[in-house]
Amino acid sequence: MENSRLDATFLALADPTRRAILARLAGGEASVTELAAPFAMSQPAISKHLKVLERAGLISVGHDAQRRPRRIEGRPLAEANEWLERYRAIWEQNFQRLDALLEELQHTPARRPARKRTKKRKTP
Amino acid sequence: MPMTIEKAKVTMPSDREVTVTRSFKAPRALVFRAYTEPKLIRRWLLGPPGWSMPTCEMDVRVGGNYRWRWRNDTDGKEFGFVGTFREVQAPSRLVHTESYDPGTVGDGYPSGGEALVTTTFAEEGGITTMTTVMDFGSKEVRDAAVKTGMTDGMEQSYQLLDGVLQEPGI
Repeated sequence: MENSRLDATFLALADPTRRAILARLAGGEASVTELAAPFAMSQPAISKHLKVLERAGLISVGHDAQRRPRRIEGRPLAEANEWLERYRAIWEQNFQRLDALLEELQHTPARRPARKRTKKRKTP
Repeated sequence: MPMTIEKAKVTMPSDREVTVTRSFKAPRALVFRAYTEPKLIRRWLLGPPGWSMPTCEMDVRVGGNYRWRWRNDTDGKEFGFVGTFREVQAPSRLVHTESYDPGTVGDGYPSGGEALVTTTFAEEGGITTMTTVMDFGSKEVRDAAVKTGMTDGMEQSYQLLDGVLQEPGI
């Protein structure tokens, strides 16, 4: 369930026009005409993109029955970002432990079996 | 002056791959050791808090196998990864296969598929940059990975999210 919503979110985000629409809506709600203006695209083409975004729950239609303004819905984006962040954070946790280990290894003289090196004392 | 190390970067260079990049303040011979010696691996490759790594077997040579298993300290459940080394070029490059071992967790992670994992270590000025590319290799495995949330266009999504999510009001 959560996965299929993420799939819909990522699918919707995979298109540059839809990303541009979202970036525009991040600045405030806008009507279909206003959204279509910056693109060399017909209104029906824009409406198709809006439908994909709407189905993914990334945008919704505002109350004004005349303008039917579209507005951005933050939750699916936040969920998608959360998933990526979780994935990244797991790696980062590992790497921070690795940082500490590497630091420790660099300040611990390597154990050399048998061969003695007198006089030369390694200082950390 | 202490050099700042950037946090791990996760990108999606194609619809088959995931890339993780990170730099370390250490010579690459040492980073390579930390990646290949079980005694060292078990000290850092632990994932989220609450997991330990009871099994870490590494036969680091072409055709050699490895076996990693993690255990949840609370309920004792285990899962892991197994695979075979395809290329071993110490200390610069490591290529291995990777298959999920559901153990006693079996949490719906894509199983049965095999990813190809290529890790490179590049050193410059005492800093080693490690890049891991995980290639799911086939549509089947890719599609299975999609179910865990790794989908097409995630890289674009990530870039978008970087920008859009910083906007106020989201």
